[in-house]
Amino acid sequence: MRVQLRSAAEGEGFVPPSSNDFELPPIFGDNPYTTKPIFLVLLSVILISTFFILSSRKASIIPSKFQFAGESVYSFVRENLAKEVIGHDFLRFVPYLFSLFTFILVNNIFGIIPFIQFPTMSRVSFPYILAISTYLVFHYVGVRKQGAFKYFKEIMFMPGVPKAAYILITPLEILTFFVVRPLTLSLRLFANMFAGHLLLLVFILGGEHLLQGVIGLKLISPFAFAIGIVLTFFEFMVQCLQAYIFTLLAALYIAGALADEH
Amino acid sequence: MQFVNLAAGEKLNPLVPHTAELVVGAIAFTLLFLTLRKFVVPMFEKAFEARTHAIQGGIERAEKAQAEAQRALAQYTEQLSKAQSEAQTLREEARVQGAAIIEDLRAKAQEEAARITATAHASIEAERQQAVTALRNEVGALAVELASKIVGEALDDQARQSRIVDRFLEDLEKSK
Repeated sequence: MRVQLRSAAEGEGFVPPSSNDFELPPIFGDNPYTTKPIFLVLLSVILISTFFILSSRKASIIPSKFQFAGESVYSFVRENLAKEVIGHDFLRFVPYLFSLFTFILVNNIFGIIPFIQFPTMSRVSFPYILAISTYLVFHYVGVRKQGAFKYFKEIMFMPGVPKAAYILITPLEILTFFVVRPLTLSLRLFANMFAGHLLLLVFILGGEHLLQGVIGLKLISPFAFAIGIVLTFFEFMVQCLQAYIFTLLAALYIAGALADEH
Repeated sequence: MQFVNLAAGEKLNPLVPHTAELVVGAIAFTLLFLTLRKFVVPMFEKAFEARTHAIQGGIERAEKAQAEAQRALAQYTEQLSKAQSEAQTLREEARVQGAAIIEDLRAKAQEEAARITATAHASIEAERQQAVTALRNEVGALAVELASKIVGEALDDQARQSRIVDRFLEDLEKSK
């Protein structure tokens, strides 16, 4: 697609990158299961599994460097996210939060790794999946903990609020818990990755286009590339941050569902 | 496929998910979750637990060792003071005993001296006795001899007589 677009654009001036640049064609024939994002997601699963299985396989009291690397990520999620946010009984949510964090992190960072250079999470399907699973997890946890009736009653009719206020609060709460939370969770991640990648495309492709222009434009192109490089570092930060935020919010929602009062 | 049919100016809605991606995403994430839960989390948790135990055990061991050291120190101090007082006692005893031994030896020596002196006295007395006896015998014999001489020679006068006696005594003196 991209190749077609770019080649068609030649001679017609610069075509700014758009959402179409995220629609990558299948690699094998017409099979929609063979696109680059799909391979990247599978690659991320293999990479994460391999890395953590190898680093934890011989986990001992005194960690090797390799074990220490894997353990640092694990204990970051365990201590800073699960333990601090969920508190008591956090341990059973560690596997989920850990998977969430590493999955998002690696797929985000794919966006700046040379030759891969595509943040998988800029394909909205993947954030949707993660948000849906998180949504299911925290509602399930709440129902299990407090019983379906009490759980949904407390969401809709927040205790300790004057009765008249329910007219206002109840719709808002329902909206928050059942629509806004999963939607914002997925869209925040998607939009950050999408916009970040678009920004990089603008500067890198723009620089490339400038290089093909007249001599004056050729001189400007290094600046475009330089900004592209700076933005790459910035993107790295955003990618880590988004993985953290998604996991943090998931932990917060779980903690909220576990708490007796919202 | 939509990829092929896309016209030049047309824009795709990036918020519409692809079925293939949804399916693969769900499977991939589930797979990752199961793998990490089964193989990775238990191993790390085990290591954490072992570490906690090791640290706790280490602290306990250190505390125990310290207590042991303190106890040993107290014991040694006690033993030292006991040994010192014992040494003091021993020295005192030795001094007393030494004095007693010296006193004893002195008494013994004096006794010995006295005994030797007594023996000497006895032997002198015996010798003297012997000498007296011998002298007595000799004087007797001499007297007899003298008498015979006097008898043999005419005892005319007083002067002669005294001469004889004198001579006799002189002989006696010489023979002694």
